[in-house]
Amino acid sequence: MRTDSAVADAATPMRRRGVAPTGLVSTIGRMMRMRETGLILIILALFIAMSLASPYFLTWNNMRAMAMAFAVEGIVVVGMTILLISGGIDLSVGSVTALAMVIAGLLFLNGVDPWLASAVAIAACTAIGAGMGFFVTRVGLHHFIVSLAVMVIARGLCLLGTGGRPVGLYTLPPEFKFIGQGSIGVVPVVIVIFVVVVVAFDFLLRRTTMFRKVFYTGSNEKAAAYSGIRTKKVLFLTTTLCSALCGVAGIIYMARFGSAQPTFGVGMELNVIAAAVIGGASLKGGSGTIFGAILGTVLLSVVSSSLALLDVSVYWQDIIRGSILLTAVTIDHYLNKRRG
Amino acid sequence: MPSVKTDDLILEIVDLTKSFGPIQALRGVNFDLRRGEIHALAGENGAGKSTLMNIIDGILRPDGGEIRLDGKAVSITSPAMAQRLGIGFVHQEIALCPDVTVAENIFMGATNASRSLWMDYRGLEERAADILGKLGDIDPAALVGTLSISQQQLVEIAKALTLDCRVLILDEPTAALTEREARVLFEIMRKLAAQGISIIYISHRMVEIFENCHRVTVLRDGRYITTLDVASIKPADVVKAMVGRVIDNLYPPKLAAGEDAGDVILDIRDLTERERFRDVSFALHKGEILGFAGLIGAGRSEIVKGICRLEGEVTGEVALHGRPLDLRHYADSIAQGIVYLSEDRKGDGLFLDMSIAANVSALDLDRIASGAGVIDEAAEAEQAEKLGGRLNLKYGHVGQPVSSLSGGNQQKVAIAKMLSVSPQVIFLDEPTRGVDVGAKAEIHRILRDLARSGVGIVVISSELPELIGVCDRVLVVREGRIAGEARGDDMTEDRIMYLASIGDQQGAVR
Repeated sequence: MRTDSAVADAATPMRRRGVAPTGLVSTIGRMMRMRETGLILIILALFIAMSLASPYFLTWNNMRAMAMAFAVEGIVVVGMTILLISGGIDLSVGSVTALAMVIAGLLFLNGVDPWLASAVAIAACTAIGAGMGFFVTRVGLHHFIVSLAVMVIARGLCLLGTGGRPVGLYTLPPEFKFIGQGSIGVVPVVIVIFVVVVVAFDFLLRRTTMFRKVFYTGSNEKAAAYSGIRTKKVLFLTTTLCSALCGVAGIIYMARFGSAQPTFGVGMELNVIAAAVIGGASLKGGSGTIFGAILGTVLLSVVSSSLALLDVSVYWQDIIRGSILLTAVTIDHYLNKRRG
Repeated sequence: MPSVKTDDLILEIVDLTKSFGPIQALRGVNFDLRRGEIHALAGENGAGKSTLMNIIDGILRPDGGEIRLDGKAVSITSPAMAQRLGIGFVHQEIALCPDVTVAENIFMGATNASRSLWMDYRGLEERAADILGKLGDIDPAALVGTLSISQQQLVEIAKALTLDCRVLILDEPTAALTEREARVLFEIMRKLAAQGISIIYISHRMVEIFENCHRVTVLRDGRYITTLDVASIKPADVVKAMVGRVIDNLYPPKLAAGEDAGDVILDIRDLTERERFRDVSFALHKGEILGFAGLIGAGRSEIVKGICRLEGEVTGEVALHGRPLDLRHYADSIAQGIVYLSEDRKGDGLFLDMSIAANVSALDLDRIASGAGVIDEAAEAEQAEKLGGRLNLKYGHVGQPVSSLSGGNQQKVAIAKMLSVSPQVIFLDEPTRGVDVGAKAEIHRILRDLARSGVGIVVISSELPELIGVCDRVLVVREGRIAGEARGDDMTEDRIMYLASIGDQQGAVR
């Protein structure tokens, strides 16, 4: 990269059209340098190694279970990635997801239609996000602190509402449980929702003016303001969106479990942030892709599933996940330095 | 300029080479420094000045050649070692801790090396006062963050001096200083030189070199070009050595005497912002380049940012082509075609890690998007290529990050960003800061072309020769008011400085 740009810098303007060098060779070269390619190769290598190591790995049931495991969390990863790109962070995702479940579950038990209850729960999560956005952009507090406080408060509300015990929702109508448990053909509905969310936001983020402003804001907030962008509005909206997607995820979890679990999602924020960062999002803002973040989620999920199949103690799993995060970020740091 | 009597060489650089991968940054550079001499190092960006200085300071290791200190070959392997050898380096960027005192900053190195458990604050402050006494009036107990930029620079110099340095490297120290602050700095440089300290002075500004330095060494493309006695040459000789050709006209031709400026493009009436400026009225005419002069802190940038609604609660009238505007936010200003080029290119002008294309399109994404707000990447690339071509931008492809470009080319991207909205009026704040001679002349030419094509151009600059060379008319701002106007033969440094400073209290507060 350095030679390219330096040589080009000294040369006269090139008359190339398009954003990047064209031609098959350079396209492949560019793909090889992309983080997504590296992640795909690692995931493939894990797949091959695991199918040799365990006969249960490459089975339909295991694949389905793995996909179900990351699909719902993947929706939260989408929100987190967009928030990270804008320069924010949200530690409250786990508790807000649980709170969505609890609100919808309690309303349902009190006779509210489950769809209406879900809509109220998602609206409540959106309002929580808007509240955090207010404290960040109007009061001027840091995302980290605001979301830390909300993480604790939302968890407290969950416990307060349920007395700390899971709430069974045995009378949920089948068409509602369908979201979390049903399939369209052989494909679980959860996965369909996940794919739709991912594809939609990936497109929005890459191609729309609205989300381009998210990149500008995260890359250099002051320069964004000096380009006429209302950066506070952008940060307010990305904060709100992240919580709203947590609400959606909470409802899907509720439909899947058939219960509302007040202690669900403890530690989820770390997993979600790790996935986004492994996938190329920067905590400094300004960079990241949905596709990369989802690959990060898949990688972490494949690793968890593999360790479980190999009968590795759950205590080791955290250690290994943490090490993967550190390795990914370190490699990225050096790659960026070299490109610098 | 007093000449240096001694021929006593303290530092000699012989045939130094250094490459980064395939790029040869230094190709056999020679340089020598006499005791008590102020020696300017000149060259365009990328000529190899920074590489050379970083080698002398031990940050980089040379591939070949020799460094001799007091006649003995030395190998400098780290900045700490350079300090031990008596080489002090004041970098262009200030690197002080803003939340601790001046004294603690000055003795940071000593504190770090000290084995004592307790801090001796009083002792530190006394010793700091001792060193600062040579430099100017700075309270050693003050927090660095409360000082002006120029005072911070003096603290940096004091920090270098505590290490008993014999060679002091100053890298573009006046870039952030006002004329007056710069003069104080030059005074100090001469004092230090008289005490036998040798100074390597890196600067783009010919006036500074000619007023303050004994000799000048010119580098170009990593090659040693020449070393000249300042007393026996003219600025044009140095510029010629730097760019390798004669730049006969440093500035583009102005409006001819008969050629009058046209209609009023922008009319500003009684612009006021509670604390920073009051009752500012002026008109910008078609075809002219209007300059804004004044000391740092006088309110030049603030007025302009106020017009664009970038900051501050502003009252007053802004009319474009006779039509009064109701601007609430900078986005409104952009929509009307009134744009502001920031003085701090890296801080708030550009998105360094984003592509050239994305930078150019940032002001108005709708221009490269469909009605539904979907960005057309081909149109975005084309816009950047078109404007890049118009500004003679040197780049590989428009997808490369702006951080990979040189300072001058980065500035052209920032200007391309302004031009992307086909502006009516452009305010340019220090448009050539940190830009080398060649690119500077090019930017001046671009500004003149824009003015001729009917775009209103307002230039803010702290470099008086630039304002005088480029502008048809200069407004001088003092303490938030327009103190006067200079045009035609009246436009001299003396006249502008007089307007900018008379009746003014001490110093520019930032």
